Amino acid sequence: MFDKYLIDGASVRNVGPADAPTGFAFEAKLGYYRGLVLSMIEELAVTLDGTELPREAVLFDEGLGPISLDAMETAYDRRWAFGTPATIIVNHPGGLPAGEHKLALRQKLRVSYLPFPAFNTDEKTVKAA
Amino acid sequence: MSKIHRGVSLYSFQEELFLGRMTVEDCIAFGASIGAKGIEILPEQNMPEFPHLSDADVARWQDMLARHGAHFTCYDMFLDTKLRKDSLMSDDEQVESIVRDIKLASRLGIRNMRVLVFVRPDILARCVPFAEQYDVHLGVEVHAPWHLEHAWILRTIDEADRLNTRHLGILPDMGIFMKHYPPAFRARFERQGARPEVTQFIVDSHEDKIMAEYTIYEVAVKMGGNKAEVAMAESLRHAPYANPKRIGDYAPYFRHIQAKFYEMDEDCTDPSIAYDEVIPELVKCGWEGTLSSEYEGNRWIQDVHEVDSREQVRRQHVMFERLISQAEAKFGAKETV
Repeated sequence: MFDKYLIDGASVRNVGPADAPTGFAFEAKLGYYRGLVLSMIEELAVTLDGTELPREAVLFDEGLGPISLDAMETAYDRRWAFGTPATIIVNHPGGLPAGEHKLALRQKLRVSYLPFPAFNTDEKTVKAA
Repeated sequence: MSKIHRGVSLYSFQEELFLGRMTVEDCIAFGASIGAKGIEILPEQNMPEFPHLSDADVARWQDMLARHGAHFTCYDMFLDTKLRKDSLMSDDEQVESIVRDIKLASRLGIRNMRVLVFVRPDILARCVPFAEQYDVHLGVEVHAPWHLEHAWILRTIDEADRLNTRHLGILPDMGIFMKHYPPAFRARFERQGARPEVTQFIVDSHEDKIMAEYTIYEVAVKMGGNKAEVAMAESLRHAPYANPKRIGDYAPYFRHIQAKFYEMDEDCTDPSIAYDEVIPELVKCGWEGTLSSEYEGNRWIQDVHEVDSREQVRRQHVMFERLISQAEAKFGAKETV
């Protein structure tokens, strides 16, 4: 319902030392009309230039500190609020090289009233600031 | 004074709220400005503090409503039965979650709760003593493809009768009265590659009220439908036209209506949902409650159009005023349901 708004394309930046970035980060919103406890976010799959990056490389931070996707599965006391950006940090040695890249995000949500998981996807052409 | 009150769900402004283009106070102020003073909220959307609202948070909401002469009408609850990956919530946990919502609704001064349709009637039966104690009506959302006389909905009606309670019932979503296939849906499927002759076939099939499975087979197999065409045909499974003449039979079981709509035309008519048949039935049976706008058109047009939820809601309320006054002129006002 909000797919095209998930990735904030202008927020993409490298992280770590400027001369040797350890990865990149960006702001994203949850593609759902309400907030959700983190345990029900099963997947935040990041794809860079057509290659899906390893699940272990992705960290999430809604403001309470970075957490791995595996740790999110039992984060019953943390919530991704509606319409509120959270930071997605991706460990990717070297970061994003200069120039344009295709960055995609797929969210897989466990929505209790649906018989199947909900998927949201967005892809944007981005540059690291 | 009409017994049918007008209101709006903050769900209607999800596009603007999501994008930070409106605040909740903007939504309330707008609703009040068009006479939609009954405000329906989704605490899990509109209250970042949820579920831990302080007394100061509650007071802030009450002050905000008072500033605009508005009031709360309905609390849209959720139930995360799949909170854990490996095991469903136990029955006790489900009751506990719903009771938490009942208490929060009561603190906010809200007397109607929209209960998700998938919540089991036997779980709700266990919540009834709390609903009675806190005076909150539990209304199971009658949402397409369910409809007023679906066997699953009748289980809740049976529970309410068995318990002889006025605090358990239903809460109809007007999407169940889809008399015509929404033009906005069709246009979106065409932008996704559906051929006009196929979309016309699907619209005609819906107009004829042909059961969805026939049309899906025709489109998918006989017409060799592409992905968008099959998806459009499958949308017919969720496009029921329930009989508005049954409204009076079920009116004692609901006090609030989610007035779902997908688009309003410039002349303030709804091309899809049969409000022109529903509202006379509500007036005829003397129903009292709130028609609460629930605009859900944003997702069908946002790929090509700016979404203007305010204008859409405004048009719906022009239609409500017209249809309510016409029906009241015809049937008069009845005293009780």
